[in-house]
Amino acid sequence: MQEMMKNRAYALLENGTVDRVLGWTRGEFAYDMTPAVFRSADEVKKGFVYNDFCAANLSKYLVKECRAGGKILVFLKPCDTYSFNQLLAEHRIKREMIYVVGIECFGKADVEKVKEMGFEGITGITAKDGVYTVSTIYGDKAIKPADVMAERCLACKSKKHVVYDELIGNEGEVVEDCNRFDMVAKLEAMTPDERYEFWRGELSRCIRCNACRNVCPACTCEQCIFDNPNSGVSQKAAVNSFEENMFHIIRAFHVAGRCTDCGECSRVCPQHIPLHLLNRKFIKDVNTFYGDYQAGENPEAKPPLGKYEKNDIEPGEAGGAKE
Amino acid sequence: MQDVKEFRPKIVAFCCNWCSYAGADLAGSSRLVYPADVKIIRVPCSCRVNPLFILRAFQRGADGVIMAGCHPGDCHYTSGNYFARRRMTLLFSMLDYLGIERERTRVEWISAAEGAKFAKTMNEFVATVAALGENKRLEDLRCKK
Amino acid sequence: MKKLCLTKLNDFFAAVAAKQALYLPVNNKVGKAEFKKWESGVEMSKALNTLRSAKDFFFPQTENLMEFKMEGKSIEVIDTREECEDFVVFGVRACDAASFAILDSVYLVDPVDSYYKSRREHGTVVTMACGKPAETCFCGTFGIDAADPAGDVTAWEVEGAYMLRANTEKGEALLASVADLLEEGCEKAVEEAQAKTRAIMAKLPLAGLKLDGVGAGKTKELFDRPEWKTLSESCLGCGTCTFVCPTCQCYDVRDFDSGNGIKRFRCWDSCMYSDFTLMAHGNSRNSQVERFRQRFMHKLVYYPDRNNGTFGCVGCGRCLARCPISMNIVKVAKTLGGKK
Repeated sequence: MQEMMKNRAYALLENGTVDRVLGWTRGEFAYDMTPAVFRSADEVKKGFVYNDFCAANLSKYLVKECRAGGKILVFLKPCDTYSFNQLLAEHRIKREMIYVVGIECFGKADVEKVKEMGFEGITGITAKDGVYTVSTIYGDKAIKPADVMAERCLACKSKKHVVYDELIGNEGEVVEDCNRFDMVAKLEAMTPDERYEFWRGELSRCIRCNACRNVCPACTCEQCIFDNPNSGVSQKAAVNSFEENMFHIIRAFHVAGRCTDCGECSRVCPQHIPLHLLNRKFIKDVNTFYGDYQAGENPEAKPPLGKYEKNDIEPGEAGGAKE
Repeated sequence: MQDVKEFRPKIVAFCCNWCSYAGADLAGSSRLVYPADVKIIRVPCSCRVNPLFILRAFQRGADGVIMAGCHPGDCHYTSGNYFARRRMTLLFSMLDYLGIERERTRVEWISAAEGAKFAKTMNEFVATVAALGENKRLEDLRCKK
Repeated sequence: MKKLCLTKLNDFFAAVAAKQALYLPVNNKVGKAEFKKWESGVEMSKALNTLRSAKDFFFPQTENLMEFKMEGKSIEVIDTREECEDFVVFGVRACDAASFAILDSVYLVDPVDSYYKSRREHGTVVTMACGKPAETCFCGTFGIDAADPAGDVTAWEVEGAYMLRANTEKGEALLASVADLLEEGCEKAVEEAQAKTRAIMAKLPLAGLKLDGVGAGKTKELFDRPEWKTLSESCLGCGTCTFVCPTCQCYDVRDFDSGNGIKRFRCWDSCMYSDFTLMAHGNSRNSQVERFRQRFMHKLVYYPDRNNGTFGCVGCGRCLARCPISMNIVKVAKTLGGKK
């Protein structure tokens, strides 16, 4: 895969289709690749890396890149293409400035899971013939990719690229029987007390690093209300449990109907808070109340909170209360 | 022994200027009784109610928040309450999901002619929230005296 | 040198906790270690280190400074400070122990931060030598020995026991208070444990990391380097690195209007944030590349400038493990130090 991607990057840079390439560059270890912009074939040759640990959704970087002019090549996984479409729908990026190369995805690996298996002092991880070989200073061992697959990939909603200029690998399908709402349903079935306990336990770990917000392709406000000292709600630290709740409720609400469920928020959370469960609640509710809607599937679609039906469900009928 | 201090809930009511606020007026001029625990905040349209307002009300000590607007179809701005309805449906469902009692939030459509409905709604809501007791799940301790 | 048999570990914790609050690393619900107050039944985490650093004990993420109450035209100022109780932090690693010295150099010099000072005076730090450092560890680069951490008491895990060595008067007092649980320790076992740790350290990928290219006096040379742009290009501007960092010491002072008075508090701030050091005229660093440069220049150049070459980093590796886009101080130092 990496070689095919590099070859396409060389070709498109050389024939002048694009002047930059957005991809990943190598890290210190086998698993810490950093998103990077490459400006020449030489740079691609030296630094471009792609493997199962290249998990970042690159679509959000395009907001910034579109302001820089020129034309940029971006590599997008299927889930990233939904974010891309959503950004297009919101006029945050310019289609004509971007050349999208869709890349087939088999699920990303989560290095935390590798470490949880007991690997320490990791010096390398190589993939070959459907097996990862993890090298550590204590020796090598083979593991199955399925055992360390990222949580969000286990509930993959689509292997289909909803937008691309060209594709590397095969086109996939929308995953019909994906189980992404299982945990939401489980929480819904709990009593309010249990739900409250669950969320306090999770949200109380929040350190307000804002990584969830800053990585989110739906969070593209020029200045977030929580950063605006004139908004009256700006916060730098969750001084009180209320503020943790407020930040996460408002953030989830603001991306409701626009969140494509790419899972970046939970991936980057240093405290491992399952933030996607907030977004998925909104997605599930939208589906239940207003009909199935997948943000980013169609850039022409009207967002569910930007339209209405005269016979919409009443808030009081929307249920939830447990007697 | 009797409780010396009876719990009185604090209720914030966001009322649309054109219908519900006028409904409250009518309730008053008709001498219909509803508890003084209800603090009305007039908004130009139910659609003006930002989810932050609801949360901020809880932060500042509200035990229940109700939003009242024109009946669907009667919005002074044609469609404001339709949008508000979707927003509040989702927001209140989310609050419920986080374990914040569903009964602490309510949406009601009250026209300018429905003074009686206004009083009845507020009486009901205050009783419901009073039964739930103090808001502990979405409180900000710094705002408690 | 004293010896504490692991069979008596719980008695030891109970004895310490009976006199003062005892904190130690405990696994949270997602299996990551965090410092928690010890109580009966709490088990110490086996993780190499806590997800957040130990700086919270002396420099908490938020703390109330004072309150104002207004009545008519009079303003009452209330000192909300509570007398800090004595506490013990058990199981601090060498890197975090070294970070306290860095925080001290900021908060205990004139003007002394009395909030910080009070916590430092009331806290006793028991460090634990590392047994199995991870690939993200590079404390050795800063002259920190993972096998011989600082602190009031140093502990080593050996076969079936902890070896304890008091380094300060506070440490002596702590060990004396639980003397009946301790036996005479053995230097040799400690040396063996140390040799093991050091051998592992030497094999780790960051073992030979040298920071010759950065350091005191390099401001002019490094400030305008073109690499800053590429390094910071993918930075999200979140505060993860800052908030897991044991040496980041910047804070903001804010007022909270509670509706019936003002509560003044301070909270950690991050130089990565757009409203960091926001002043009336606006912000002094408007782009992410400037903010990014500030963070790393502070740790690698400005701090050494003012502290005889000591770096403002202790090599705990938390930012390496936590950065959402895997950009970190090692990559920065290597990129800047690689070329002249």
